[in-house]
Amino acid sequence: MPKTIIEKIWEQHVVRTAAGEPDLLYIDLHLVHEVTSPQAFESLRMTGRKVRRPELTLATVDHNVPTTDRSQPNPDPLSAQQIATLQENAKEFGVPLWDIFDVRQGIVHIISPEHGLTQPGMTIVCGDSHTSTHGAFGALAFGIGTSEVEHVLATQTLPQLKPKTMSIEVTGSLKPGVTAKDVVLAIIRKIGVDGGVGHVIEYRGDVIRNLSMEGRMTICNMTIEGGARAGLIAPDDTTFAYVKGREFAPKGEDWDKAVENWKALATDEGATFDTNIVLVGEEIEPHVTWGTTPAQSVPISAVVPSPDDASSASAKETAERSLKYMDLKAGTPITDIAVDRVFIGSCTNGRIEDLRAAAKVVEGRQVASTVRAMVVPGSGLVKIQAEQEGLHEVFQAAGFEWREPGCSMCLGMNPDILLPGERSASTSNRNFEGRQGAGGRTHLVSPEMAAAAAIAGHFVDIRDWK
Amino acid sequence: MKAVQHVAGRAIPLNKADVDTDQIMPKQFLKRIERSGFGPFAFFEWRKDPDFVMNIPAYEGAPIMLAQQNFGCGSSREHAVWGLEDSGVEAIIAPSFGDIFRNNSSKVGLLTIELPQADIDYLMNRHEELPTAEIVIDVATQTVSVADGSWSRTFEIDPFVKHRLLNGLDDIGLTLQHDDSIAQFEKTRSTLYPDTSAAGQNGLKVG
Repeated sequence: MPKTIIEKIWEQHVVRTAAGEPDLLYIDLHLVHEVTSPQAFESLRMTGRKVRRPELTLATVDHNVPTTDRSQPNPDPLSAQQIATLQENAKEFGVPLWDIFDVRQGIVHIISPEHGLTQPGMTIVCGDSHTSTHGAFGALAFGIGTSEVEHVLATQTLPQLKPKTMSIEVTGSLKPGVTAKDVVLAIIRKIGVDGGVGHVIEYRGDVIRNLSMEGRMTICNMTIEGGARAGLIAPDDTTFAYVKGREFAPKGEDWDKAVENWKALATDEGATFDTNIVLVGEEIEPHVTWGTTPAQSVPISAVVPSPDDASSASAKETAERSLKYMDLKAGTPITDIAVDRVFIGSCTNGRIEDLRAAAKVVEGRQVASTVRAMVVPGSGLVKIQAEQEGLHEVFQAAGFEWREPGCSMCLGMNPDILLPGERSASTSNRNFEGRQGAGGRTHLVSPEMAAAAAIAGHFVDIRDWK
Repeated sequence: MKAVQHVAGRAIPLNKADVDTDQIMPKQFLKRIERSGFGPFAFFEWRKDPDFVMNIPAYEGAPIMLAQQNFGCGSSREHAVWGLEDSGVEAIIAPSFGDIFRNNSSKVGLLTIELPQADIDYLMNRHEELPTAEIVIDVATQTVSVADGSWSRTFEIDPFVKHRLLNGLDDIGLTLQHDDSIAQFEKTRSTLYPDTSAAGQNGLKVG
């Protein structure tokens, strides 16, 4: 029977199957960070359990780290304690840790791919909902809670119910100025924030095929914003070219064997999905979110929509509440919305390609006097690469702050937050109420659109950028 | 995990769709390394509004929460579940839940019950109007009823989750009973998969 890539990876990882029970899945790579792990390690200690496979585990610090000069003491004692706790746990349980002064430190979903740890056909988990990012390589990767973190540490497995499958095909090609971020915002707008609940998504079609690995990671990263825990893209030559030669990639004969295995993962001709969605690439415009869920977005050429146009009474109520929180009036052109802050970074858009695209927009220009803008590279290696290319000088000359790597203002656990009432153009993944700081108002956009908003002081259509 | 067989009591009508875990447990409280004590931080920002349903004295201490579709979407933070649990919430009834939130709830014994929208609408109205009214949930028979028995519905629950809840079984303990299966799987597992041991404890330093 023809199978999807989702079913193939699943079947290759089933340790045990029994009627009336979830399948027990083997986990190939467990990524750990400081925020969702302390209680899991503490529970291991209390039950006298060990980490079963520390060599299939990698820890780093990202959510909570300051992005300013790290030779200075951490300004937040609670954050410092959480970071120190991970250091102690990694040492006690023998888990490799890329710590705060390690050049390889960075956002967990950026460092694993850039070192070649993320490979096709793997099962990858992390106590973070954006673990879906790794699906870009054709891996089955999903976020878990702290109880499951403990489960994986202790057993290297997870009991999982078999998900439904969803095909999202993006046909044709993208018009100039339209990025992977706009594609995924358009997808979420179409399926809704709960459209993918209970599913694993395979992204397909020519638009997806023609994306770089960075673009594919942006798409898979935001899978959870449409409700699905995992989303993946079948590996192809673009994937193999990215992985080849990286530190943890197979070498020599192993490489050839691995590629052969990876090629066999693609969904078979005639395999069926539980749900099928199609988007036309040519119809996708640059998107901006106007509300407080990632599905509440419109093309840059549009106006803030009216709650009266909502499909149901509850959707209308939700839209009214979002507009009130965002302090926006229906009918306002998106390009009339002024921003106070611009954030370029995160596991969605903090990779080298994102920084290059943003730098191209700002080169030789100045950040508007009303805007405070910052660039936070996704990892230590992204930062070094960008500096070798002189991108930091482009940003700094334009008036952007150039920061140390971490999650930063995507979730505002460290001091990088919006003040109440401040409005941001952000390349991150969530525009929930208070996400970037209590009372802060977030608009999600691509790196190019964020960069242009920083210069203009308000949203602009990147297709008109001269 | 503690066993959960029945939940009975008043219900908090939280009549809003797509309540994300950032609202349930804002990020500033995720810095704590403790497992308990998250109750006072649940819905921290929304609680600043005196009209927020959890600030209404009649609902204080209610063990059941009524919610709308996609409750608990967003971040994987289990701290959201811990906050609800620590606030005294033992069961949530909604049309649908975020996948990770529902999974996390099942690991700590917080019941998540899905009912059709029409039933949620009925209960939401009832408990907005009658804050002292009670609901009875029975896991063994998979039923949700109003206290006088005049209205009752059955709900679906994964049989394995039901078994664990009724008996208070620890997931890790259950998995470790299959240690031989895991060891067997590891013997035949491909050697091509990466291994982080070379990542080392002492990495390169910046600068």
